[in-house]
Amino acid sequence: MKAPEPLDRALDLTAAIGRAAILVLRGAGAVALFAAEAISHLLRPPFYGRLFLKAFIEIAWFSLPVVALTAVFTGMVLALQSYTGFARFNAEGAVANVVVLSITRELGPVLAGLMVAGRIGAAFAAEIGTMRVTDQIDALNTLSTNPMKYLVAPRLLAGTIAMPLLVVIADILGVMGGWLIGTQQLGFSSGAYLKATFDFLEAWDVISGLIKAAVFGFVVTLMGCWCGYQSGGGAQGVGRATTSAVVSSSILILALDYVLTAMMFTR
Amino acid sequence: MSGAGVPKIRLRGLAKSFGPKVVLDGVDLDIRAGHSMVILGGSGSGKSVTIKCILGLITPDAGTIEIDGRDVAKLSRREREAVNDRIGMLFQNGALFDSLPVWENVCFKLLAQRRITRRAARDKAAEVLAQVGLAASVSDLYPSELSGGMQKRVGLARAIAAEPDIIFFDEPTTGLDPIMGAVIDGLIVDCVKRLGATAVSITHDMASARRIGDDAAMIHRGKIVWTGAAATLGETGNAMVDQFARGEREGPIQMELRK
Repeated sequence: MKAPEPLDRALDLTAAIGRAAILVLRGAGAVALFAAEAISHLLRPPFYGRLFLKAFIEIAWFSLPVVALTAVFTGMVLALQSYTGFARFNAEGAVANVVVLSITRELGPVLAGLMVAGRIGAAFAAEIGTMRVTDQIDALNTLSTNPMKYLVAPRLLAGTIAMPLLVVIADILGVMGGWLIGTQQLGFSSGAYLKATFDFLEAWDVISGLIKAAVFGFVVTLMGCWCGYQSGGGAQGVGRATTSAVVSSSILILALDYVLTAMMFTR
Repeated sequence: MSGAGVPKIRLRGLAKSFGPKVVLDGVDLDIRAGHSMVILGGSGSGKSVTIKCILGLITPDAGTIEIDGRDVAKLSRREREAVNDRIGMLFQNGALFDSLPVWENVCFKLLAQRRITRRAARDKAAEVLAQVGLAASVSDLYPSELSGGMQKRVGLARAIAAEPDIIFFDEPTTGLDPIMGAVIDGLIVDCVKRLGATAVSITHDMASARRIGDDAAMIHRGKIVWTGAAATLGETGNAMVDQFARGEREGPIQMELRK
């Protein structure tokens, strides 16, 4: 017996959605297992301090220029935008508060996370992917070294620790960017602007941003390592791994940002 | 340890498929301790997958792998690692770590097993490099700065540095000129003899197979179709092996080409 055509098509649609859902769930499960194994290696010796340090410097030190520029310009734009917008209802005085809250709670961690996703997620995926397609990961196995412990664990730890430090700097520079525009262009006095900045700032504003940063650092390095680890098919495979590392970690950052904000600021 | 009768490596009914593609279809093979076994076969015949199974890099779908008479599938993770600690491998394209200088590549396993300090590793690397005919000045170069033949020799040095019981060679002469190929073969024979190791090589280079092998086995379509002495290759009386050894187009092995 044959189902009528519209029903057939509707079932095709549900099947397609189901297939996609299963694919996503399977992927998420595999990534979660991968992360769990990497974390378990952080708790058991041997530890690779040298590799952790190398990854840490790569993430924290070499991302500093990009993150700093992003933060300064974001602070400047925020000041300008909020000033012109708020002038419509005579609330120009709130510029400093808006800048500092937006930067510490939201834009510092998110924008730094996205910049680091572009730099580090891509670099890790390309490096580990190349190691995969040139048999270097298999070689580690034959040389008494667990590749998860050697390649993935130190990078995850470095990302999780380095990101909050980067965001502290991004917070400071973002506020400075706002202060620059506020005092040079919008006519605030330096003292009044800084007073307004700190008057309404709570420790939780900064800390919540740093928690987000740690999560984003973990996600970026995890997706970079995962995509590289799963890479196949020569140069093209490594290219695909790099792309999906950046895309997936960027989307995860934005999605997790919502989840974390909802968890931390709604009671 | 390995008694006279027990082969160093024994494979029984080894099978592996990737999706619908059957790569290994019941491989049975005994590799004698202290001997050099050469596994021959065309591209895609399952040679590499066989040794990756023995190394534990690929889990076979069925069949058993025994090393020194013990089924490796039944070993705990730690015991399996202990077995792997005594195995060395020369990868086809070297698979040297390009982020590390040559000396760290060569002594990687010794450093990983904490059998040596970083300070002592440089001297040890120079010593092992000398065994493969490389000057100590190579130590501080990075793999990308080396020629293909030198990379192969560094790969060989890395495979033997920890003095393994079993060494695998994946197409050791592929991509080298004939003279360099012969040099590498000579080094392999010397190193294996000096260590008293069991060697397993996969190759489709007949000259190389005769030089480094005591025994030979031919794999075709995922099965071992012939085993015998490596010296007899080319005149074994087995039509498949002889066709392969002489590189003839006509014979029992038909290449799947579409015209």
